[in-house]
Amino acid sequence: MAVISYREALRAAMREELKRDDKVVIMGEEVAQFNGAYKVTEGLLKEFGPKRIVDTPISEAGFIGLGIGASMLGIRPVMELMFWSFSYVAFDQIVNNAGNIRYMSGGLINCPIVIRGPGNGGTNVGATHSHTPEAILASHPGIKVVCPATPYDAKGLLKAAIRDNDPVYVMENTILYNDKGEVPDEDYIVPLGVADVKRVGTDLTIVAHGRAVITSLKAAEILEQEHGVSVEVVDLRSIRPLDEETILASVRKTHRALLVEENKPFCGVDAQVAYLIQSKAFDELDAPIHRVSSIDAPQIYCKRMEDQQLPDVNRVVREALKVLA
Amino acid sequence: MAKPAVLTHPESLKRPAGPSEYAKDPVNAALSKAEKIALYTKMARIRHFEQRCIRIYQQGKIGGFLHLYVGQEAVAAGTISLLGKNDHLITGYRDHGHGLMVGMGMNECMAELTGRVTGCSQGKGGSMHYFAPDKNYWGGHGIVGGQAPLGTGLAYAVKYMGLKGSCLVYMGDGAVNQGAVHEAYNLASLWDLPVIFVVENNGYSMGTSQERSTAHPGCLAKRAEGYNMAWDVINGHDVYEVRAKTAIALKRAHEESKPTVLEIFTYRYFGHSMADPDKTYRDKEEIKEYREKKDPVLAFEQELLREKVLTPELSQKINEEAMAEADKAAIFADESPDPTVADITKHIYWEEDNRGPKTTSRGTIIFE
Repeated sequence: MAVISYREALRAAMREELKRDDKVVIMGEEVAQFNGAYKVTEGLLKEFGPKRIVDTPISEAGFIGLGIGASMLGIRPVMELMFWSFSYVAFDQIVNNAGNIRYMSGGLINCPIVIRGPGNGGTNVGATHSHTPEAILASHPGIKVVCPATPYDAKGLLKAAIRDNDPVYVMENTILYNDKGEVPDEDYIVPLGVADVKRVGTDLTIVAHGRAVITSLKAAEILEQEHGVSVEVVDLRSIRPLDEETILASVRKTHRALLVEENKPFCGVDAQVAYLIQSKAFDELDAPIHRVSSIDAPQIYCKRMEDQQLPDVNRVVREALKVLA
Repeated sequence: MAKPAVLTHPESLKRPAGPSEYAKDPVNAALSKAEKIALYTKMARIRHFEQRCIRIYQQGKIGGFLHLYVGQEAVAAGTISLLGKNDHLITGYRDHGHGLMVGMGMNECMAELTGRVTGCSQGKGGSMHYFAPDKNYWGGHGIVGGQAPLGTGLAYAVKYMGLKGSCLVYMGDGAVNQGAVHEAYNLASLWDLPVIFVVENNGYSMGTSQERSTAHPGCLAKRAEGYNMAWDVINGHDVYEVRAKTAIALKRAHEESKPTVLEIFTYRYFGHSMADPDKTYRDKEEIKEYREKKDPVLAFEQELLREKVLTPELSQKINEEAMAEADKAAIFADESPDPTVADITKHIYWEEDNRGPKTTSRGTIIFE
């Protein structure tokens, strides 16, 4: 087991898949010569050359659409969005074309494309660059969405996404890019739709995804140390498909649930998770479900306030204690 | 406000209809008698299929939109008749003519319009979403201009795989103001992709004439110059001219891997869709003029009669057979079953439709 960063894990996933399948192409703004706006693709151009690692103009609707078209003929493009926020200028391609073409063709066409990049707030860049569109995109049947929180999951999920024959949108987090973790040396994937219990506990279930998992793990530690509470943290990893069974199994054990995400609260991923728990485990609950989300406003620029807008450890602890009261 | 410059119409369009000056062009001279008859037959079949659609629509059996191709047949017929096994095509929502030209059956096309499970998309796509990827036909797309990047990607894939092929990307004159089209133009030229953008200019983007919608330097195709692409204008009422000029663009795609913009002047006899009363933005006289003097099916029939390839008797037989085929397709569509409620949640994900020992994805993917 090597200890590598989340960024290196993503790069290793792409490198291995580029070697495994000559139909895999990496494409995006600044991915080749510039070595990636966030250096995720660093060194790949040198290793694989310009046919496989392709710089695009700033033209998201154009190049994402091009990737979708190429995937229909069997190319397996891995498209980088510099920010998932930029997906909004390519929304017709990402949703209408990639998400619907299999359905509208009665199953004649499929679209094995991966779109990846950071989709997070918390980086002091203002509202237009801080969107977290996993709930918006996952609400469209035809699309798959994953949000890795650790280097192990980042590599395994990206490899699974590249091998998947449907459109898979991988939402990363720039704040996690330098986080380190153990990653196996041998080939592995993390299947889509399998949640991971990141911490075992008995008194409260926290369900989270993306960086909110890391925040929740820190909060769980404080809850244990300072309040003597045993918290289980379920990392969704995959938003669609969703591992309902792991969520429900944990709630059946702890009988209390707190849902944490960096999305805004309205129609967030956790609105769906809360519905799931009340519809399939209502009798198991000893307390109402609570949620911690970003404060419901466009992302504020001021760094000090943005840190408070996003769910932080203190807010998670506070809300957990309410569920436990 | 400055008036738009005079349109750069192809020379042949300015003259009264008559014998095609492109009859002796090598691609047309090379056609055998049987091939010419087959091409005419295909045009006639598109015409009669669509005219049968009107009746079915008026009977209330076709939902949503029905965008007819009547009047534009020579565009699909001329361009598609040139394509080989590595040439692909994709279009917008006025997609029936292209479907029939690539060899889709009238039955599956008609049944799709009435939402039957026997339709080409099993009743999931409708009029705007015909697909036949086995015939290199990638749709049938509902959002104006949204297919342009996809088609550019198909051409990219052809080139990536080292094949000598192309992708024809059809759009209407209304699509040329969409950003996705311009992004596709830029990528096609920047990366030397074998794309032919075919602007089927029927004069109106829905109910807005070209003069009211588009700032342009004489014609829409000329915008290609801004992207360092070759372009040409074509009289879309003459299938021979469509073939002759498209062949040049195809050669450019095949031999040089370079894109082209072709603007093909054509005309639709019916409204933007059947929901369009067609009374507010153009003159009935204008439609009459085109129908009587420039009809592409009639013009090609006259051409082939002059060439003594067709006889009036043979032409009548071809048209009667096409009508009968359309009638049969209408009955087929009527008698076919609907998809079922269970079918609603099929064909969403490849991995779900093909679950097996190798499937890795798990969890809930279709929600209650």
